[in-house]
Amino acid sequence: MIKSQLVKRLLQKNPHLIQRDIEKITSLIIENIKSSLAAEDRVEIRGFGSFAVRHRKSKNGLNPKTGESVHVPAKKVAMFKSGKGLRDRLNFKP
Amino acid sequence: MTKTLTRAELSEIIYSEVGISKTESAEIVDQFFEEMILDLVDGKSVKLTSFGTFLVKHKGQRIGRNPKTKEEAVIEPRRVTVFRASKELKRRVNNE
Repeated sequence: MIKSQLVKRLLQKNPHLIQRDIEKITSLIIENIKSSLAAEDRVEIRGFGSFAVRHRKSKNGLNPKTGESVHVPAKKVAMFKSGKGLRDRLNFKP
Repeated sequence: MTKTLTRAELSEIIYSEVGISKTESAEIVDQFFEEMILDLVDGKSVKLTSFGTFLVKHKGQRIGRNPKTKEEAVIEPRRVTVFRASKELKRRVNNE
């Protein structure tokens, strides 16, 4: 599923809303999760999962093609951990 | 102190910016994540442009160990969700 398909499904479930509203709502959800992560805040959606930012130290890596040593600078990465609800449903647990 | 963004806060934001009721806002936030879960349970991936992709991976059986008791236990085959951040999200997280 891609974003436009998600918008379509939400529109079918909410016939009283117009497409522009649904598009605005999906953008608001995505944008607010992104800005929270940019501020290093946590995002916790119960039943789905949580997002958090982790720090990665700089390291010396290897270019897999040439075998050359390259410096990888320190960076931050967004992590997702699935919640209990999603985990259980994926594995068909009650 | 870090803050935490939750379903309740997302629904509050939608309520104040879209002009629908609080109940409707809360419902649509729930539906947004529920629709994603339904596809993941079906084994389908969910791709949200400018954010990232959620994929379902199959993990085979393995022997795990309880880190506290060091006891060995069989971990049954299972499915897990993997998230890959988009380039845009990676940039935002690094404040680029």
